[in-house]
Amino acid sequence: MKKILDTGNAACALAVKAAKVDMVAAYPITPQTSVAEKLAAYIGSGELQAKYLPVESEHSVMSAVAAAAAVGARVFTATSSQGLLYMHEILHYAAGGRLSIVMANVNRAVCAPWCLYVDHQDGVSQRDTGWIQLYAASNQEIYDSIFLAYKVAEAINIPVMVNYDGFLLSHSMMPFEIVDQEIIDEFLPVFQPDWRLHPDWGGTFGNVTPSDEYAPFRNRLADDMIKAGELIKNYAREYKELTGHWHGDLFDVYRPEGGEYFLLSMGSMAAEMELAVDILRKEGIPATGLRLRVFRPFPGAELSRLLPPDAKLLVFDRNHAFGTGGGVLLSEAKSVLFDRKDQVKITGQVMGLGGEDLPGDYLAQKAREMMEVLK
Amino acid sequence: MSVKIKDFSDVEYVLPGSAACAGCPSTIALRIVGKALGENAIMLMTPSCAVASIGLLPKSCYSLPTLNICFASAGASAGGLSLALDALYEKGRLKGEKPTVFNWVGDGGTYDIGLQGISAAAERNDDFIHFCYNNEAYSNTGVQRSGATPLHAITTTTPLGKEVHRKNVPLLMLEHRIPYVATASLAYPMDLYRKVAKAKSIKGFKYIEIHAPCYPGWKFASSDTVKMSRLAVKSGAWLLWEGEYGRLTLNNPTSLLAKGKMELLPVEEYIKSQGRYAHLMKSPDKKSYLAELEEEVKRGLKFMAGRAELI
Ligand SMILES: Cc1ncc(C[n+]2csc(CCOP(=O)(O)OP(=O)(O)O)c2C)c(N)n1
Ligand code: SF4
Ligand SMILES: [Mg+2]
Repeated sequence: MKKILDTGNAACALAVKAAKVDMVAAYPITPQTSVAEKLAAYIGSGELQAKYLPVESEHSVMSAVAAAAAVGARVFTATSSQGLLYMHEILHYAAGGRLSIVMANVNRAVCAPWCLYVDHQDGVSQRDTGWIQLYAASNQEIYDSIFLAYKVAEAINIPVMVNYDGFLLSHSMMPFEIVDQEIIDEFLPVFQPDWRLHPDWGGTFGNVTPSDEYAPFRNRLADDMIKAGELIKNYAREYKELTGHWHGDLFDVYRPEGGEYFLLSMGSMAAEMELAVDILRKEGIPATGLRLRVFRPFPGAELSRLLPPDAKLLVFDRNHAFGTGGGVLLSEAKSVLFDRKDQVKITGQVMGLGGEDLPGDYLAQKAREMMEVLK
Repeated sequence: MSVKIKDFSDVEYVLPGSAACAGCPSTIALRIVGKALGENAIMLMTPSCAVASIGLLPKSCYSLPTLNICFASAGASAGGLSLALDALYEKGRLKGEKPTVFNWVGDGGTYDIGLQGISAAAERNDDFIHFCYNNEAYSNTGVQRSGATPLHAITTTTPLGKEVHRKNVPLLMLEHRIPYVATASLAYPMDLYRKVAKAKSIKGFKYIEIHAPCYPGWKFASSDTVKMSRLAVKSGAWLLWEGEYGRLTLNNPTSLLAKGKMELLPVEEYIKSQGRYAHLMKSPDKKSYLAELEEEVKRGLKFMAGRAELI
């Protein structure tokens, strides 16, 4: 293992290389672009034995990798913002088709108006496409999440999106540790699917389906999506045993001891949230940071377990759930905690849109405002 | 290569039980295409009559492995699938001969919503055959106009007849200078078979468009699919040709028609029994409409003959 200093996009591309993918298709968009370029370079130089398909749009990206996954190839793509939105139709197809695709989404605001900087509107807008969604908060976590993503995707046949913040992570140099190839190979052996779309296997894929057959397909996806939570926990632990790297399982909890106020967020703002927790603790406020690592499946039971009786949950959303008065995490948290008999109180705010800076003292101030609301 | 119908394989790749209309041009064409390609093939389809007639899961009337993809996806999905196979065969993950990858897509999936992806696959020279069965409308959704619907034809979205010309997508494909592009007709099955066999033998992007008279859409007798195909060719409304890397050759009988060695059938003979043109036949301006359509046919023939002279 060796430590290097590089960007989030570099960490992502290095992990994809180590995952020995068979095929990459990608279309450039800021801030994802250098992932596509680096992978094209690795494939061009022979460092990565794979094929690169330079498609003409993101709809075609997802169409290409979905079909490639159907013949049993390990595939990868990366996108951002408008590119992810443009894929929407095929995101549903990929999940419904139970295709083990891994994609990086470098989070960026969506238009209109145009904006190049981070928020999570792109990712959360794909909430109900049936994709597993991970959110990383450091370049190390981006790197490690790629292997976890393949492990889960191939075990349960659900595609996985690894999200990380545009520019704040994608373009920031941070030290991270590269895992030895033998260890990666042990954790992530060659993909050997049970079935391939191929004359040697036979069968068709994605046929027109009557209602009584259709519903079970969709319901199985819903059930397996819930099961994916356990898999993520187990594989994260297995990976830790092999590499020593650990970022939490479904949540990364900061200063849990005696917490009363729980500050929920995801992505790099959650790293900044640790500063806010420190500031509040210094003021004598029992604050705890909850960084959501897995947005889908939404770890509702885990969230409930983390909250003691009468806890107060402050939700920091970097996105809007239009028409609800808050963000998507707030809605999600409220819905999963609805059944709690005790007086868990929840409030939230939307912030950090289009890359708005969120330093720790600002987040602490926002937390104080939310505490006022809950009084 | 000269092939006779009796040399065609006995194996059927369209099985009994297809939900297509009797006399469906897509089904007739796919039978011949299957026989020319053989069993080591993978088919991709976009939403269309060909998909609607598969039969409901778990049954399928197509015996080849088939991927039912989204409407605009044909170019990228076939390209991605074919490239993934290359990777898996090179790495020894799959053994034997790489299957022929082909799209079976309508004119809607080819001329309109899928054009961008197909053009991109052609430009990249992805290794697969794109078949377009051109029934000149969106038949599956109830016969709406497409970019392939010809001038004056009535569809449910052109109730007064289409006011603009159809595109010439095969010509666009020729100008992508791909290894092989051809047009074909159900009335000339040996020509179709030969073209499919040829496409199969070439690596890279191949495009074959098959004229597909659709009786519910065009409103003619269901027994006349092949007859209508023949009339289209003999009247010059559908041209038979093939091209390699931008070099164009007209095929018979189109070539004979272009050289004047064979008389063009009047367009009226082709359109008079099609209900989609009934408004023209009943119009007081019938003569000028027919003259306009004759002009259109002659322009097309002259243009393609001239293009064949170029390179
Ligand atoms: C994105 C999308 N838009 C619209 C449709 C509805 N649709 C299904 S088939 C079809 C028309 C197909 O036309 P064509 O490709 O010519 O095939 P045909 O039905 O004529 O055989 C349409 C519009 C769809 N399935 N997907
Ligand atoms: S409507 Fe036309 S293309 Fe569709 S199944 Fe019937 S004959 Fe075939
Ligand atoms: Mg059509």
